[in-house]
Amino acid sequence: MSATADLAQRSALDAGLRIDALAVHNVSHAYGPRQALRDVSLRVPQSRFTALLGLNGAGKTTLFSLITRLYDTRHGSIEVLGHPVSREPGQALRLLGVVFQARTLDLDISVMENLLYHAALHGIGSREARQRARAGLAEIELLDRARDAVRNLSGGQMRRVEIARALLHRPRVLVLDEPTVGLDVASRSTILRHVRWLVRERGVAVLWATHLLDEVADEDAVVVLHRGQVLAAGDVSEVVASVGAADMRSAFIALTGTASEGSE
Amino acid sequence: MSVPQAIGRDGFGPLQYLICLRGIAWREALRFVHQRERFISALVRPLVWLFIFAAGFRQILGVSIIPPYQTYVLYEVYVTPGLIAMIQLFNGMQSSLSMVYDREMGNMRMLLVSPFPRWYLLTSKLLASTVVSILQVYAYLFIAWLWGIEPPLWGYVSVLPALALSGMMLGSLGMLLSSAIRQLENFAGVMNFVIFPMFFASSALYPLWLVQQSSPVVYTICWLNPFTYAVELIRFALYIEIDRLSLAVVVVMTTVFTTGAIIAYDPARGLIARRGGGGG
Repeated sequence: MSATADLAQRSALDAGLRIDALAVHNVSHAYGPRQALRDVSLRVPQSRFTALLGLNGAGKTTLFSLITRLYDTRHGSIEVLGHPVSREPGQALRLLGVVFQARTLDLDISVMENLLYHAALHGIGSREARQRARAGLAEIELLDRARDAVRNLSGGQMRRVEIARALLHRPRVLVLDEPTVGLDVASRSTILRHVRWLVRERGVAVLWATHLLDEVADEDAVVVLHRGQVLAAGDVSEVVASVGAADMRSAFIALTGTASEGSE
Repeated sequence: MSVPQAIGRDGFGPLQYLICLRGIAWREALRFVHQRERFISALVRPLVWLFIFAAGFRQILGVSIIPPYQTYVLYEVYVTPGLIAMIQLFNGMQSSLSMVYDREMGNMRMLLVSPFPRWYLLTSKLLASTVVSILQVYAYLFIAWLWGIEPPLWGYVSVLPALALSGMMLGSLGMLLSSAIRQLENFAGVMNFVIFPMFFASSALYPLWLVQQSSPVVYTICWLNPFTYAVELIRFALYIEIDRLSLAVVVVMTTVFTTGAIIAYDPARGLIARRGGGGG
């Protein structure tokens, strides 16, 4: 390869890495007279874990509905790896893996059938889908439950299946809306560890919405969302320093005037 | 060797579109198989009408020679197309009920966040639900044949396109209704206000000329009811004939309902986004 071609390839690679995995620009959304989001902007860098921290009612779920195009973005714009969700929904959504706050597995059919259905919704043929599903289930240590009806799984196992399902079409960005709500401490820890492993080993960019402060680590990026507005964003150390706090908990209290939860 | 495919703007080729359609149809069939009581009740409902209601009415209600029948027919024979349409009406409504349930439980979200165009996803779901309804109809026709209701042999084939069309019309109506319903509990009311009026104010149970004799107002309602045309389309097709007016009405209403449902589920224009979201 010539030096010029090599340089061109490197600069293309650099440019690719500079694109944010997920970028939200000045997004507002209202339900009738109720304003749920006001001029929200945030970015999720590639291969990083970004925590979206906010109390219940902060607007996290609305933001997820806009990112995943359940609702249309009327004010502002959202891009997934440079693809605008409004104008190129197909391109944007195929790069995105989603775990909603509400359970979205079909309880009446088996774990494997749920995964195959999801694969079909992304145009993946059954043989390939089966291979990926088996690999995904092995990764979350639930391969032996593949034939079980979903309703026979525990809450934590269902969440792990949802994460495996969200990764089945090999997205570059994974968004999870309060994935640990209602789970016991052990399940929460397993899921969080697995998602951090995906960031570290697979280079997946993660947006993790939570109201639990103890799920935010010092090395994370964080966005504090409160009453539909972004109050602070950046690396945890930057946010903590910006308000002159000792740690993220104090920073959150200083920013919002309320305390989030450490654990459930 | 891989076969070259035309790739669309969304990055998917025809094969991926087919895989998606097959997946949606497969899940619909799986749900139906898993809900055995749904299949049984779908079959028992029209059979009760056939065995009990029609047997009782046979002596009271005379059906004169009306197209497509060449002779006087038993009431059971007359009512069969209406009961077939009833199967499809219930299936369409049940399918939309499952969409409301899916939306409440969150499964519907997974369908809607698929990268395929939303119109394609909804149309695929509609097609899948129609296929399920057609399977129910043929199971019913088999039992009706055992009961002595024997349309021409080719009628079983010629009725298939009519069933596909009427199934699409009633399924798309259900889909449109499901978009407007916020909670599962509200669905019972809609069932009462849609299924029963549609079924009774139609030509399913009695010929329209008979209705006209007793009440011109009810006759007008029956005449305006799209379900009447689904019944007549099936009735004529079962006797290897085409009722052009019914065909036209069913095609137009299918287009209207499907377009309405696609708009209603469109995140840019639909009803879904205008209602409040929950959670954090």
